[in-house]
Amino acid sequence: MSDWRYRIGEHKGTLIAIAIFAVMFTIYLVNHPAITSNGFSATAVANVVNTAANKGVLLALVAVAQTLVVITSGIDLSVGMIFVLCNCLASAIVVGSGWQTALGVAGVLATGLLCGAINGLIVIFGRLQPIVTTIATGAIYFGIALALRPNPDVSDKFNGDLGDAMMGRLPGGIPASIVALIVIMLVIWIPFRRSPIGRAAYAVGSSEMAAYMSGVRIGRAKFVAYTLSGLFSGLGGLYLTFTTASGAASLANGSTYTLNSIAAVVLGGVSLFGGSGSAIGAIFGAFAFRAIGDLLFDFDIEPLWQSLFQGIVLLVSVCIGAAQLVRVRNRLDLFG
Amino acid sequence: MSTGVANWATARLPRLLRRVDPAVVTAYACIVLLLLLGDLYNSSFLSPEYLLQQLKVASFLGVIATGMMIVILLGQIDLSVPWVVAVGGMMSAAATAYGPVGEALAIPFGLLCGIALGFLNGIGVAYLRIPSMIITLAINAVAQGLMVVHTGGFSPQDSASIAMRFIATGDSVLGIPNALIVWALLGAAAIFLFTRTTFGRALYAIGNRERAAYLSGVDTQRVVLFAFAISGGLSAFGGILLAGYASKAAQAMGDAYLLPSIAAVVLGGTSILGGRGSYAGTVAGVILITLLQSILSVMQMPEAGRQIIYGAVIILMMLLYGRGRRVQN
Repeated sequence: MSDWRYRIGEHKGTLIAIAIFAVMFTIYLVNHPAITSNGFSATAVANVVNTAANKGVLLALVAVAQTLVVITSGIDLSVGMIFVLCNCLASAIVVGSGWQTALGVAGVLATGLLCGAINGLIVIFGRLQPIVTTIATGAIYFGIALALRPNPDVSDKFNGDLGDAMMGRLPGGIPASIVALIVIMLVIWIPFRRSPIGRAAYAVGSSEMAAYMSGVRIGRAKFVAYTLSGLFSGLGGLYLTFTTASGAASLANGSTYTLNSIAAVVLGGVSLFGGSGSAIGAIFGAFAFRAIGDLLFDFDIEPLWQSLFQGIVLLVSVCIGAAQLVRVRNRLDLFG
Repeated sequence: MSTGVANWATARLPRLLRRVDPAVVTAYACIVLLLLLGDLYNSSFLSPEYLLQQLKVASFLGVIATGMMIVILLGQIDLSVPWVVAVGGMMSAAATAYGPVGEALAIPFGLLCGIALGFLNGIGVAYLRIPSMIITLAINAVAQGLMVVHTGGFSPQDSASIAMRFIATGDSVLGIPNALIVWALLGAAAIFLFTRTTFGRALYAIGNRERAAYLSGVDTQRVVLFAFAISGGLSAFGGILLAGYASKAAQAMGDAYLLPSIAAVVLGGTSILGGRGSYAGTVAGVILITLLQSILSVMQMPEAGRQIIYGAVIILMMLLYGRGRRVQN
């Protein structure tokens, strides 16, 4: 039972992310105008928490998508575009009731999977750099989204009941979106992390060469990571449709989510060089990033500054999280 | 006699062919093919006026792609292009509003802002060792935030100075557009930089293997820093030209230039892994992309189709030239 120190060391990034989130979210709640003006009543707090949860889950899902690729020491600049594509698709096909809606949801998720799989296949068999590949496939996915929804459109046929259910609260005031997120992680992430393929993905990220020499099937591990990444972006897009009940092929939305997913991953303690970190950390990173971004709202600062403020948060977090300078033991290591 | 010629040809031709990059030849072949296709579609496609107009439009992309190429030669990438372009355009237009002194300093001021942002990128990459795609994305976000604050979220009202309009839209000698002359001068400078200076040699050396370059006595960190600063300056200069062309700056004016500038460099045979590529290839890539855009817009292809075609063309060309090595080697 004396291995607690190693266990903490292993999850250091995730624990730091949880701490940052706890501090930031507490500051956010305590200063929120809707709560202070209502004298900290339970309903006011529950309302604010529910809104924050619904907004945070969107970024959290995309951040998990980014994590899956970053673990293999790649980067996915198409997550935001898959997110937008699935949003547009969901606004068109998640319609009607019962079976038709279920079929639509399945179609959206299959599209996400397919987009991720295409990224994976090009990176693995085309042996192209993940960054250029995903910039290019991102353009293709955005093009398809634009073809589906040339104009932002509120879908009147969209199944609103499902959206309301996913945005609402369960008995006891627990946000349904958080429960959904936990279920998704239990069903997809935990089995992946514990499976040989998940371990292989981490091994590939630490050192592709060493993984190959040890007989790890690197192609399969990367393929599963990229494909699941597509699925999570697709889930994010589906969730966006629940919130807005509309589809918009917005380039700005796509690039913002891509960018913020990287910030969330870094805040969540996932190494951008691959091989370490956890999607759980990235989720807390995402919620923390949202809380920091929304702090400006608390203090009644002009919304104009929000974009600059988030940019600076992003810059500072990646500078701290990604600077290799602090890891260098030998001057020559710098030039690896 | 004829066998002698044949012998000479077989001996010389392979050597000549070996020196020519197949990617560059393919790119130029594609340009000819596109021109012929365009001519079939519309007979005014091969007229001198139309071609000059295309070259003028191409020179905006050419300026930006030159900066991108310097960074890609290092094996890095500059994703801050969209908002550095916008910063260049907006800041020079904003300076114009400050009387005659501002108008005179408009272009240098816009350039300086771009160089400063590029400098920040360079410090992040060279000294803090942050992966270039991440620091440049972050700087892009900061630049966007700064411009949103500067303009108040509205479309900026400042208009471009006379000098900016002159270099972007005027034509001085023999009806050749000034923008094209600017690009030609810049291209000549770039070729000189790449082939005749130690800085250029160092760019290729670092792109091939930074560790080896460092051990050979190259101050690699300073070279990387200056490369990013030049790239930032050229992006901003592209923005200044664009603002001059449209006679004012706009919020998202740079968004349409990130993907094409990377595509132009990569289509021109420059390795995305760094260390290999020629400026002639980049020129071919820029013209190719511009012609492709022009033909797609003549055919009234919607934006959606254009995005899909861009992405597909980049992946296709990369699969032909830009593949990495197998792990086991």
